[in-house]
Amino acid sequence: MSERARILLELADDELVVGWRDSEWTGIAPTLEEDVAFSSIAQNEIGHARAAYELAARELGSTADELAFDREPGEYLCTPLVQLRLLDWAHAIARRCLYEQLDQARIETLKASEDEEIAALAAKIDREEAYHRMHAELWAERLRGQPRFEQALEELRPYVDGERNSQAPEFADLWNEMTSVRRSAPGAEW
Amino acid sequence: MVTADEVWAALDELPDPEIPVISLVELGVVRDVRVDGERVSVTLTPTFLGCPALDAMRRALESKLVELGAEPAIEIDRGDSWTTDSISPAGREKLRAAGFAPPAPREASATRLIQLRSKAFRCPYCGSAETRLENIFGPTPCRSIRYCESCRQPFEQFKTV
Repeated sequence: MSERARILLELADDELVVGWRDSEWTGIAPTLEEDVAFSSIAQNEIGHARAAYELAARELGSTADELAFDREPGEYLCTPLVQLRLLDWAHAIARRCLYEQLDQARIETLKASEDEEIAALAAKIDREEAYHRMHAELWAERLRGQPRFEQALEELRPYVDGERNSQAPEFADLWNEMTSVRRSAPGAEW
Repeated sequence: MVTADEVWAALDELPDPEIPVISLVELGVVRDVRVDGERVSVTLTPTFLGCPALDAMRRALESKLVELGAEPAIEIDRGDSWTTDSISPAGREKLRAAGFAPPAPREASATRLIQLRSKAFRCPYCGSAETRLENIFGPTPCRSIRYCESCRQPFEQFKTV
């Protein structure tokens, strides 16, 4: 796989899986505002994934749907941070904060890429991510110094730089759910 | 055979599927029209990448081009060609009149929290700047929710991107 395809897949896999995880709060977030926020963020992240898969698909002779849903669990390149199933609000917010930091550093690098398509996609993504970062900032401000939040940050920080091809145990369940439509109806489109 | 100007005028009749007071041309998401004999190519870009209205917009553009007797070719641009500054002045006024506060003009750097908390956003109903941020996110990815302290009315604020 080319370096370009790998960069695009890492981005797309992170965004797809974090979007999937964030969408797990739809309907059950602690407040209506956060229900709306997590659902919107998830929608954006999955939109970013789709656009990045489409660029990768052209290079790999594949399609966005095949890349998103037809690969084996071990082929995904997402950071372990996004694979974890976090059912506690302090952890969910800690992940949003840590993920946005990781993503911001990557998007800054990609915006400066000499590859015009990648730079343009990164610039488009960055406009939307600015609002995800503000959401994380508001929560970090609100929860700073709170033991549950601080502990969650400590606990999750090592996952940020974790090995991208090592699968957290709960990734298998996520993969099963995420790919169930394509596996039961091969060729179904996004 | 149609001209590019006729195509632009026809597409200006197509409402945005989520905010139908504004047309796709006023919204600025129709980026380019090229006429080549019977074939009319239109470049469409999403406002936000995850916008679920994109396919509805594509189908509306295709039907309109067919109505004009053209052979449609819609190209989706997922690059960085659209910002909220692409919304036309007429479009912004229509948004405001319908109760959607139009986006503030873009600045050199991305919008920051300090701006969202400032008095830079006016209530579309009473014009007061005494408004506060309720939620960064709203009914669609392109909108936030603010609250007007003067007329005590929540309203939707188009995000600046």
